[in-house]
Amino acid sequence: MTKFFKTSIIKFFALFLIPLSAIADWKLNLRQGATPISQDIYDLHMVVLWIVVITGIIVFGIMFWSIFHHRKSKGVKPATFSHSTTLEIIWTAIPLVIIISLAVPATKLLIKMDDTSESALTVKATGYQWKWKYDYLEDDLTLYSNLDEKSVELSQRVAGVNPMEYENYLYDVDEPLVLPVQTKIRILTTANDVNHAWWVPDLGWKRDAIPGFVNDNWTYINEPGTYRGQCAEICGKGHGYMPIVVKAVSMDEYKTWVAAKKDAQSAAKASSNVTMSKEDLMTKGAAIYKANCLACHQAEGQGVKGVFPALAGSPIATQKENLGGHIDRVLHGKNLMPKFGEQLADGDIAAVITYERNAWGNNTGDVIQASDISAARK
Amino acid sequence: MSTLAHDHHHAPTGLKRWFYSTNHKDIGTMYLIFALMMFFIGGAMAMIIRAELFQPGLQFVDPQFYNSMVTIHALVMIFGAVMPAGVGLANWMIPLMIGAPDMALPRMNNMSFWILPFGFAMLLSTLFMNGGGPAGGWTMYPPLVLQLGDAFPFLIFTVHILGVSSIMGAINIIATVFNMRAPGMTLMKMPLFVWTWVITAFLLIASLPVFAGAVTMLLTDKYFGTSFFNAAGGGDPVLFQHVFWFFGHPEVYILALPAFGIVSTIIPTFSRKPLFGYASMVYATASIAILSFFVWAHHMFTVGMPIKGELFFMFATMLIAVPTGVKVFNWMATMWRGAMTFETPMLFSIAFVVLFTIGGFSGLMLGMTPIDFQYHDTYFVVAHFHYVLLTGAIFALMAAAYYWLPKWTGYMYDEKLGKIHFWLSAIASNVLFFPQHFLGLAGMPRRIPDYNIQFADFNMISSIGGFAYGISQLLFVYIVIKCALGGKKAKAQAWEGAKGLEWTVPSPAPFHTFETPPKLTKAMLEH
Repeated sequence: MTKFFKTSIIKFFALFLIPLSAIADWKLNLRQGATPISQDIYDLHMVVLWIVVITGIIVFGIMFWSIFHHRKSKGVKPATFSHSTTLEIIWTAIPLVIIISLAVPATKLLIKMDDTSESALTVKATGYQWKWKYDYLEDDLTLYSNLDEKSVELSQRVAGVNPMEYENYLYDVDEPLVLPVQTKIRILTTANDVNHAWWVPDLGWKRDAIPGFVNDNWTYINEPGTYRGQCAEICGKGHGYMPIVVKAVSMDEYKTWVAAKKDAQSAAKASSNVTMSKEDLMTKGAAIYKANCLACHQAEGQGVKGVFPALAGSPIATQKENLGGHIDRVLHGKNLMPKFGEQLADGDIAAVITYERNAWGNNTGDVIQASDISAARK
Repeated sequence: MSTLAHDHHHAPTGLKRWFYSTNHKDIGTMYLIFALMMFFIGGAMAMIIRAELFQPGLQFVDPQFYNSMVTIHALVMIFGAVMPAGVGLANWMIPLMIGAPDMALPRMNNMSFWILPFGFAMLLSTLFMNGGGPAGGWTMYPPLVLQLGDAFPFLIFTVHILGVSSIMGAINIIATVFNMRAPGMTLMKMPLFVWTWVITAFLLIASLPVFAGAVTMLLTDKYFGTSFFNAAGGGDPVLFQHVFWFFGHPEVYILALPAFGIVSTIIPTFSRKPLFGYASMVYATASIAILSFFVWAHHMFTVGMPIKGELFFMFATMLIAVPTGVKVFNWMATMWRGAMTFETPMLFSIAFVVLFTIGGFSGLMLGMTPIDFQYHDTYFVVAHFHYVLLTGAIFALMAAAYYWLPKWTGYMYDEKLGKIHFWLSAIASNVLFFPQHFLGLAGMPRRIPDYNIQFADFNMISSIGGFAYGISQLLFVYIVIKCALGGKKAKAQAWEGAKGLEWTVPSPAPFHTFETPPKLTKAMLEH
């Protein structure tokens, strides 16, 4: 820690000594990104940045020249002028000209960004507290994208975790959004519960995801690669924990990936109906709990007082007669609790309920199978 | 009249003096002390935020509590520190500046102050409630704000009563300025501080009821089954954002305009030269105020408005650069060929001009819709509004405190300590906020309790600046207390180059001033 602290201080003062271009890894400037639009935005950003820098140098330059020369200690007698119509007209006109010359390219770029027509592919991104759901509308494929397990572990407020060792801390997910390169893709944003905002800086824009509204946007990714971003609108406790990862691949790879993903999903659905041992259910349940439940109900099932109920020792997760209610709550949700019946397969729900009823000293011994869940769904 | 005034000539003492006060100076003092207390409460929350962000990972607080710190820090600083400090200055100085014996509505003045401590007690008590304090951001966007626990109705009623307090304060200022100016003090002879406050008061009266309406709609959405902002019930969550920012943008100028007035008072004093372009300053202030009602949606470029709307709000926003530019150039021209000295108020004012302008530059960048799609809701925005509010509004308030402390206390403050306070504040606040521009451009969203390791270095620098700024402000308290207790006696005219009626009364200003209107000479009306 102290070493890190020291190097930070040294780096900070070093900032003043090296030209800005030499410290690329310090990320002082806007990212150029990976799309034609993000490049246009970067270019316009640089234009306005230079305009304000030059204006600043001129204005502050004149001011500081005056501060150094027009001081009483130098024996200056103050002038008495108090207005000049010519000057005032000039310095009203100059900013006006500058902003008009900036508004023109900005308007052009905005019109370009607004045109979502002729896109080859549409993906709907739905914000949930706190994950993203992606629907590939043409390919009839749905994904839920949760914060990755390693970030979950490192982001707990406990001793002995050090996120500094993990490059993609809070910037990785279990299921990335796979998109083809060199294709105009329409991205719709909406939300299930509260406002979110979908933002991948390298794509050049963010757009709010609002329940009941669908916003449309588009992107065209030049190069294959992994592009990372995160939710940009405060959406509650887990706002900092719902990253967005876009994996851009060639069109062929994309098609192969879609086919494979669909096969995998139907295989998982089929296999989730099998009966599992309690140990297997507990292992599987623990992983599902971490990805879906931990953000609210916490690592030890203790919840957050007044907001998110505890599961450890709670009647719903411990009493036999509440088993049906427990399954119902997970399937259909209540208040802030989402309807996990829409998100998870029967086998996953069975596993996580088994886990909740046996972890953290709940020890009910209950074993729930996928068949119990499918029966409850009917 | 004169005999009546004579009967009331004694100053009441003890608790009654403060609880029942109808004296503009005492009420002004209470406002200022209250604002300073709130500045430290809000500042303590900022320290918690910066401590948590010092390095990646969660060290001190849970995300929910972090969010409530972010939310309450903003509410306390805006409604508890900057606004009451501005009203406190208005109370103290406007009657002295226009030659009036007191505010026009002294009992209402008492009430508008005494609402504040109760309002903030209510707001801060939510931190101990079931479900914690408000944690959805000070902007209170639904649906998130509706998820708040027991604190929700307290938050709404806090907003209501603070709004009542501010509106009463605004009415009082308008009534005073339009009715109680000394003979000869025409509108275009008023000190610019008075002008900026009158315009601010109109902004308050026009915008706060809209805010009160919006939060009342939240209240009925939560408890009475309405669906103003619930899409499932036919409502519109974005409607709230429109209504909120219709208030929120003028609110920004409510915080900034009095600061313009302060700086326009102090720079001429220490330049020993009249304010350049007085009339254009008045018109620029009024233009900014009027424009502020037509730019609100630039706070919500990313909600998905039709392109025509986005273009309109972009053009209107960029237009604000013109009157703001006029002001900056006028301050520059006031300094030009003056005979400047650099006492603490002047130092804070010069820093205000430079740093507020930097905030204005980033404001111009944010106002351009297509590139705002990258900046929006990132630390670039956090840097922007802290440049205009901390190194802007708060630096101006500090300048005002140093400038008028001799008039309030009758003693000169310790100039050496004042300068140390200035340099610590100026350096620390830039170490605190300048790196946040880089963080935002690199992709760090605002209002997150934890972040990817690529943001670690600048966050640590920013936190160090934050702690340094926080600690330096304790020095200000020491200087104020030291000055109140004694020191070099201040003359009636405490500053050599100062103009204005407040410098014609003794220092400290007596309990009652201008009981009979002053006879104004041409020299006294110069500004």
